[in-house]
Amino acid sequence: MRITRCLTLWLLLCALMLALLGSAQAQQDDPGKPLLEALASASYAAKSDAIDAIVASGDSRSRAWLEALNDGKLQQNKQTGQFVVVLANRGRNWPVEDALSGEPLGEMSRRELDRIGINNALRGQLRSTLAVLDLYVDNPDARLQAANDLLGQVDAGMVAPLEAVRDQEPSEAVQERLTEALAIYRLEQGDAQAIEALSGSLHPEARAALNGAAASDDPALAAQAKKALDGIEQTLKINRGFETLYFGLSLGSVLVLAAIGLAITFGVMGVINMAHGELIMLGAYTSWGMQQLLPGQPGLAVILSIPAGFLVAGLAGVAIERCVIQFLKGRPLETLLATFGVSLILQQLVRTLVSPLNRTVITPEWMSGSLVINDALSLTLNRLYVLGFALLVFAGLMLVMRRTRLGLEVRAVTQNRAMARSMGIRATRVDMLTFGLGAGVAGLAGVALAQLTNVGPNLGQSYIIDSFMVVVFGGVGNLWGTLVAGMSLGVINQVLEPWAGAVLAKIIVLVFIILFIQKRPRGLFPQKGRAAEG
Amino acid sequence: MSLSNTPSSSSPLSNLWLTRPFSERSTRIFLTVLALALAVVTVLHLALPAGHPLHVSSYTVTLLGKYLCYALLAVAVDLVWGYLGILSLGHGAFFALGGYAMGMYLMRQIGDRGVYGDPVLPDFMVFLNWDSLPWFWHGFDMAWFAFLMVMLAPGLLALLFGFLAFRSRVTGVYLSIITQALTFALMLAFFRNEMGFGGNNGLTDFRELLGFDLRSDATRLGLFLASGVALALGYVVCRGIVGSKLGRVCVASRDAEARVRFLGYRVERVQLCVFVVSAMLAGVAGSLYVPQVGIINPSEFSPLFSIEVVVWVALGGRGTLYGAVIGAILVNYAKTVFTGVMPDAWLFALGGLFVVVTVLLPKGIAGLMSRRRKADSETQLKEATP
Repeated sequence: MRITRCLTLWLLLCALMLALLGSAQAQQDDPGKPLLEALASASYAAKSDAIDAIVASGDSRSRAWLEALNDGKLQQNKQTGQFVVVLANRGRNWPVEDALSGEPLGEMSRRELDRIGINNALRGQLRSTLAVLDLYVDNPDARLQAANDLLGQVDAGMVAPLEAVRDQEPSEAVQERLTEALAIYRLEQGDAQAIEALSGSLHPEARAALNGAAASDDPALAAQAKKALDGIEQTLKINRGFETLYFGLSLGSVLVLAAIGLAITFGVMGVINMAHGELIMLGAYTSWGMQQLLPGQPGLAVILSIPAGFLVAGLAGVAIERCVIQFLKGRPLETLLATFGVSLILQQLVRTLVSPLNRTVITPEWMSGSLVINDALSLTLNRLYVLGFALLVFAGLMLVMRRTRLGLEVRAVTQNRAMARSMGIRATRVDMLTFGLGAGVAGLAGVALAQLTNVGPNLGQSYIIDSFMVVVFGGVGNLWGTLVAGMSLGVINQVLEPWAGAVLAKIIVLVFIILFIQKRPRGLFPQKGRAAEG
Repeated sequence: MSLSNTPSSSSPLSNLWLTRPFSERSTRIFLTVLALALAVVTVLHLALPAGHPLHVSSYTVTLLGKYLCYALLAVAVDLVWGYLGILSLGHGAFFALGGYAMGMYLMRQIGDRGVYGDPVLPDFMVFLNWDSLPWFWHGFDMAWFAFLMVMLAPGLLALLFGFLAFRSRVTGVYLSIITQALTFALMLAFFRNEMGFGGNNGLTDFRELLGFDLRSDATRLGLFLASGVALALGYVVCRGIVGSKLGRVCVASRDAEARVRFLGYRVERVQLCVFVVSAMLAGVAGSLYVPQVGIINPSEFSPLFSIEVVVWVALGGRGTLYGAVIGAILVNYAKTVFTGVMPDAWLFALGGLFVVVTVLLPKGIAGLMSRRRKADSETQLKEATP
């Protein structure tokens, strides 16, 4: 495994070199040649100096040479004195390539070749040199990564080169990391001064080193380490708090997305739509279907599935309104039952037409990964996107309700249907559009959910009760209430989870809402005035 | 409760709320039909040999017993929905609680015949390495206590829940959603192993009830008959409540809650009282259901089951009680047939039923029958007056 990885790296480097060097002509006065010749000298002391010289040269091939040397694959042709790198040392004849130009030289018999030998001391030197070598690259992110890898890996031989590197390092972040890496080593050696450098670090290696020091025999050192650890623990606690808050907001944003369509159909129109969860599911399946249509372009598919999900779910909503709900005006309990029937049909439809199994939606590259704040806190990007999306949808919906003709008509019909109709508003059309809007928003929720969980026929079912709880908790007919309620329920759930477990946390939240409704039957932000009487 | 203000009461029997239903025509018809059905099934099961085409196998007897339990549950739901106007989407919770109470008794009856052979602890507790019985399992080795809990556990839950809900005047759709949340929360809770109710697997492997082997045909027939008797009793109790003064306040508060309140009635007390009775009936139904199907697990708490019960009632016709029985038996028979022949189509059929019943048949099958009767009498009238 490692060998193959080395080989691939090697081949890549060779290709690069070929491009750089261009012709074999340049080989004659290649600056690398004397460096390699120095390696081939007999004495180990001279070889050690030669290794340092290679590092100091800054040659782009130096890493490959040193790795080959470490693996015993840097060899010299006995007759021509040509330096070669063995690609695979199995069997009698080995494929080789030129160490300087990287040209493949076909196969050579093992008898023709002479290995450049190393001893244990050199091996140690090579290991630390190779670790430090990555710190010489130009890309600061790669340097930071290399410095990160060094935490807890520093040994005696690396201290001097690392200090030298640190002093000429332009990036502060890399410098800090190197200081930490060195401090961990020094702390392990019993140096109390190093504690100060580590007291601000959140990296687990730093904490491990401090824990080791806290358990040491030296009371002064132990006390100091303990103090530093307490400080770190404090910072970690704050970070964990932020993490919980983030997860809570993320869960809350999902709840808000799922509930906000319901807040329109239930809150504004007074229609209990038990099929709301299945409209979410339709949105999620649209997202999945879009990816099937556009294979290999998950980013485009996600962007296109936003309008598509809205349309699919919205049209399904309009159909439900036309075929079922309009006949049940003023009979909320019957509406509840009928829409529940619709939800069963939709679920089974998806099971029959697509599959009863869960489907996965690929997360596009720009949405995967995470935003690293510090060693203890990183925010997953897809959740961040969903959070932003939820807020956007909320703002958009607010705009529609407050600033458009449709919003005005919806509010008019809600407040006084008869009066609105006598003013020339077509109430049945408004009903249809409002329901379509609420259903479309459910579709948007589905598109977002598809990025977080698997898409399956039961997706909607698991959100319907939660969504109703959010709407009821926030106060029916109030979009702001839905936002606040969704976010706070999400955070409460996440805060309870660590000590109660996921299931119990959910139960506690449900019981809490049931009790809350007893106290304030109209939710957090009850509607006031005449509209509340209906 | 005395009914001195009913002018039609002439015989001393009709002065008692529980005996009054026997003087009603509909109750008499219902009880006669039920008794006939029980008798026919018993005779066909016992008298005919196994190969005979009219023979009722013990599998069918148990299946019918199950339907009767469902019918009792439907009657309980109809009592609160049809007469009180409270659409409970959580009656499955009361049904399951009654079932669990019975299941716990049956578990204790297994004794040391379980897989692990522990004389006290049920198998799943041994499996979870529990060393003693949790406090709420004590007493369930005694039949009288278990049968009491079958009614008490759901009753207490309904009392607590109803007290909180009705006191703060949570009604209508809100109440429906909260009852659904209640049963959902209970389902999540019972799925946890730490709750001590067998978690995911529930309670099963029952052996005997009151000393009768649950696997024998005679016990199965007995349970079927017991379910029938329970249904008859439940029906009479509900009919009694509905026909009493309490029942009239119920109907009045269903139709105009505020007005009844202004007339001086404590609507929340009426609602609470009837709600608790209904929950206890549901518990009894659950307790008879469990020994017949041989298992009780948390899926009985699922919101889907509770809402299915409501559609049985809606199909039969809410506010009639006998309609609920018809609906429960019809829908469950259809379910048995469908899931056997084409399992995929069942949810389509059930979903379609929800839509069709609410949109086209608001009064259910009972409504159809009475409309026909009314139409008949109208044509008779027309013929009589040329």
